[in-house]
Amino acid sequence: MDNNILILSEGMHSSIQDLGRKRYRSYGVPISGAMDKYSAILANKLLNNDEGDSVMEMTLVGPKILFEDHSLIVVTGADMSPTLNGIPIMMNCVYGVNTSDVLRFGDLKFGVRTYLGVKGGFQTELILNSRSYFNGITAKDKIEKGERLRIATYEKELEVTSSKIKVKSTHFTTKKMEVTKGPEYNRLTKKQRELLFSREFKVDSLNNRMGYQLKNKFVPIKNNEIITSITIPGTVQLTPSGKLIIMMRDCPTTGGYPRILQLTDIAINQLAQKKEDDSFKFHLESSFDFLGRLVNRFKD
Amino acid sequence: MNLFNLKYKPLGSIAVLVEWPKMIDRNILKNIIQFKHKINADMGEYVLETVPAYNSLAVFFDTGKIKYSAVVKDLKEVYESKDQKLLRAYKLWKIPVCYDDKFGIDLDQLAEDKKLTKDKIIKLHCSTIYDVYFIGFLPGFLYLGGLPKELEYKRKERPRLKIKQGDVGIAGNQTGIYPRMSPGGWNIIGNSPLRFFEVEKFPPSFAVAGDKIKFFQVDIKEYNRIKKEVESGVYVIDSEING
Repeated sequence: MDNNILILSEGMHSSIQDLGRKRYRSYGVPISGAMDKYSAILANKLLNNDEGDSVMEMTLVGPKILFEDHSLIVVTGADMSPTLNGIPIMMNCVYGVNTSDVLRFGDLKFGVRTYLGVKGGFQTELILNSRSYFNGITAKDKIEKGERLRIATYEKELEVTSSKIKVKSTHFTTKKMEVTKGPEYNRLTKKQRELLFSREFKVDSLNNRMGYQLKNKFVPIKNNEIITSITIPGTVQLTPSGKLIIMMRDCPTTGGYPRILQLTDIAINQLAQKKEDDSFKFHLESSFDFLGRLVNRFKD
Repeated sequence: MNLFNLKYKPLGSIAVLVEWPKMIDRNILKNIIQFKHKINADMGEYVLETVPAYNSLAVFFDTGKIKYSAVVKDLKEVYESKDQKLLRAYKLWKIPVCYDDKFGIDLDQLAEDKKLTKDKIIKLHCSTIYDVYFIGFLPGFLYLGGLPKELEYKRKERPRLKIKQGDVGIAGNQTGIYPRMSPGGWNIIGNSPLRFFEVEKFPPSFAVAGDKIKFFQVDIKEYNRIKKEVESGVYVIDSEING
């Protein structure tokens, strides 16, 4: 029999996400997946799930959820003052839930995106090897009031856990975005490079799962156009008008502006927790030896 | 296989970006596709995905402890190796397009500015065999090369908020088909009843980089008939296999 949760109110923008769709870039399919992978993976680790099990991602304002079956849950990422049946619960701590329990979110204390993990993950439709919501790939791009979502069945007696870990607050407050050089970095003048790493940049109101624009105008590159080429999450593009756009998880697979920098995966996770007017500086990683080295630095 | 002077650059910590000379050229496309096949055959166990664009190929690796310099060395060896891998025969896909005024909402403007009749524009658009360079921008959006010079036309200054699924457009020296409703700045000259991206199928797009496309004109009656067949899943796209 299916186990379900019922969405009583939907929050601002909530969706189901996992680690995204790989191997479909050649067909123009964006990767998608949790904006802050660190927090999504943390939720799964605390529940003893697979890293790639799907979680619910919430943005700024959380939903109200009724559990119709037993499960274990954990809330990670931004602190939206979660309560279970009106009683505050801790972040990054596993709780058992029973039939008719209600999970609510309140005031946002820090961060932008919160993740709800359930034992075994959400069981929404698997499309192109991922459950990540994306408009045009999955039927919906966000969760709506009144809908039921299937979750994995949970054998209550199987495990008792009291996992809890402390997440460094710098994940939410850091003003240092680690980057490596983008493919067109060499087109920047010495002066542009100096400016790029000395200035503080502010997040614009135009920020979403597809990309984050930055408020400050930057010096455009002369002879700006590039022949359309590959972009990936974390690619920093410089437009002809001097706008900096940082591609995020839902970004198109290709783009036509110079790619001057590339955020590390850790930096993408940290940026996903920033909102309008939050500021930061780019910090150039001296070099890196290993492909993938920066992706799984979970134990740091 | 011809050898170009390639550049290798890291793309974040997950991919190596291989770059060809900065131009849109059929020989480069062929070379990219050949290299892509060689990589998949020789480095398949640790390559996650190879993604082409006009003059580049991004080689994505599964995360793990792989040294960047070692990967580039491997890639160079594979590129320069003499053994010829069997190329997938390319397909020439024949795509029905209705250029009726109902769909070709920018045809009049184009005809006026280009001093061509609408019929001439349609004839030119249908007379060319286009190369599929890659898929990008939207799932299933084919980047096509080979638009006749006479049809090159600037992008709209104000993009439309809604371009319909199947709309066929021209922008600069490119022509393309919108696989789904989207905002966009291309000049719309017609609409195709086919589906260019279907999540329930594998592969989700029938055409791949290296294939070719030819358009043929259908009237509104034929368009509606094909559309019905596409919807019920019985329409077979006419194609030719070429070595």
